[in-house]
Amino acid sequence: MFEWAADLSVWIRVGWLLLGAMLILVPLLAAVAYYTYAERKIVGFMQMRLGPSRVGPRGLFQPIADVLKLLTKEVVHPSQASGMLFRLAPLAALVPALGAWAGIPFDDGLWLANIDAGLLYVLALTSLGAYGIIIAGWASNSKYALLGAMRQAAQVVSYEIAMGFALVGVLMLSGSLNLAAIVQAQSGGMLDWFFLPLLPLLLVYLVSGVAETNRLPFDVVEGESELVAGFHVEYSGAAFAVFFLAEYSAMILISALTAILFFGGWLSPLEGTELARQVPVLDSGIHWWLLKTAFFMFCFLWFRATFPRYRYDQIMRLGWKVFIPVTLIWIFVLGAARFAGLAG
Amino acid sequence: MRLSSLMFLLRSLSLWDLLRGLRLTARRLFSRKITLRYPDEKTPKSPRFRGLHALRRYSNGEERCIGCKLCEAVCPALAITIESEEREDGSRRTTRYDIDLFKCVYCGFCEEACPTDAVVETDILEFHFERRGDQIMTKEDLLAVGDQYEEHIAEHRKADAGFR
Repeated sequence: MFEWAADLSVWIRVGWLLLGAMLILVPLLAAVAYYTYAERKIVGFMQMRLGPSRVGPRGLFQPIADVLKLLTKEVVHPSQASGMLFRLAPLAALVPALGAWAGIPFDDGLWLANIDAGLLYVLALTSLGAYGIIIAGWASNSKYALLGAMRQAAQVVSYEIAMGFALVGVLMLSGSLNLAAIVQAQSGGMLDWFFLPLLPLLLVYLVSGVAETNRLPFDVVEGESELVAGFHVEYSGAAFAVFFLAEYSAMILISALTAILFFGGWLSPLEGTELARQVPVLDSGIHWWLLKTAFFMFCFLWFRATFPRYRYDQIMRLGWKVFIPVTLIWIFVLGAARFAGLAG
Repeated sequence: MRLSSLMFLLRSLSLWDLLRGLRLTARRLFSRKITLRYPDEKTPKSPRFRGLHALRRYSNGEERCIGCKLCEAVCPALAITIESEEREDGSRRTTRYDIDLFKCVYCGFCEEACPTDAVVETDILEFHFERRGDQIMTKEDLLAVGDQYEEHIAEHRKADAGFR
């Protein structure tokens, strides 16, 4: 008798979920567009240049012009490329990079899905993004693309381990895989955030994050001086734009995760003090999360403007011979401290 | 383990060198930018700047060039072609004075060789050609440039006179 009502409620749920997804994706895409603008502006400023300044006031319309340019360009399909995979690869890169956002808690109670093993979900999706790049490199049927893809595979394998170990520290302190619970475990003010007891792991995580997203100084995957453009040499127009989108939303995701896992997500640094109770802006809220994320997004650009590209063997050495031992030692120290009742 | 290698280990683990690099770029972020927004802003040019050529006239309208062909002789790129004849009043004047601006290397030897200061290089550097063949500046073209910018050219000659 009430079957139609049950049906309706399902559709309403689906509608709400879609609305929620749009509320995340639209600002995210806008953020990606203006992140590229910020990148060109900040890297330019650090090199004592002005960066884009001619399209609109202070060049603010530059991302819009870029998007229009990319969308109107021809998507060239190499005749020797593998048809299906070649078209699939950009999506295989984009979908995980966007999908991971479903599990991110933005504020207390403000999330699309509060997944119990949210950390695993996010970690799994960020790793899946590598498949898009590997498929792209393989399907392009170009030696440069293939070399880029092989480097990406090796890099992901090496840094995923260190990244995972760095997150083990977070798990040990919070005792939960749920991202919201991890943030809650850091409540109590700035000194209760995880970055202090986990400082070495934070650095490992941040650097691994840069390596995971193939950003400088770890961008051997697309190192233009060696591989022209690496895995996406053969992609143009909208297909290239999709890879671009995937890369930048992955960068924003890593920044967001750093803020959540090590810097208390939406928690205010002044949490619990008299000042925070009186001035609402200083109290916990989504703006703190945005601020922290923006800072780490800035760090990505800062690193890019500062460090020269690592040689390939140096990247492998750093991943295997420095990061993994450092994380293992710190996990041991952390375990010993917990056993002695010093931490958490 | 030797002390120096221990120090090296500490140095690299504390990311000391990387932090110093980051500090440098952070400072540059706020420093003055040296970019010149070219069409709106331009670098100052010396009065001696060697750009587009011009043929000058005396103030009474008589052209300065007497067809001595010294510029043609001195031109290292063989960019100048001159033919001259006797005019009705008995003075020698050029009938043809072509400069091929694709051959020209803008060395300024022609204006140095010129005994009457007729051929000069102005400080005009923003010029272009739209058809093949336009790059050959004829006598009329060169005189037209000279007529248009005479004040400018005279001013620059005067500013540089003490060094010639």
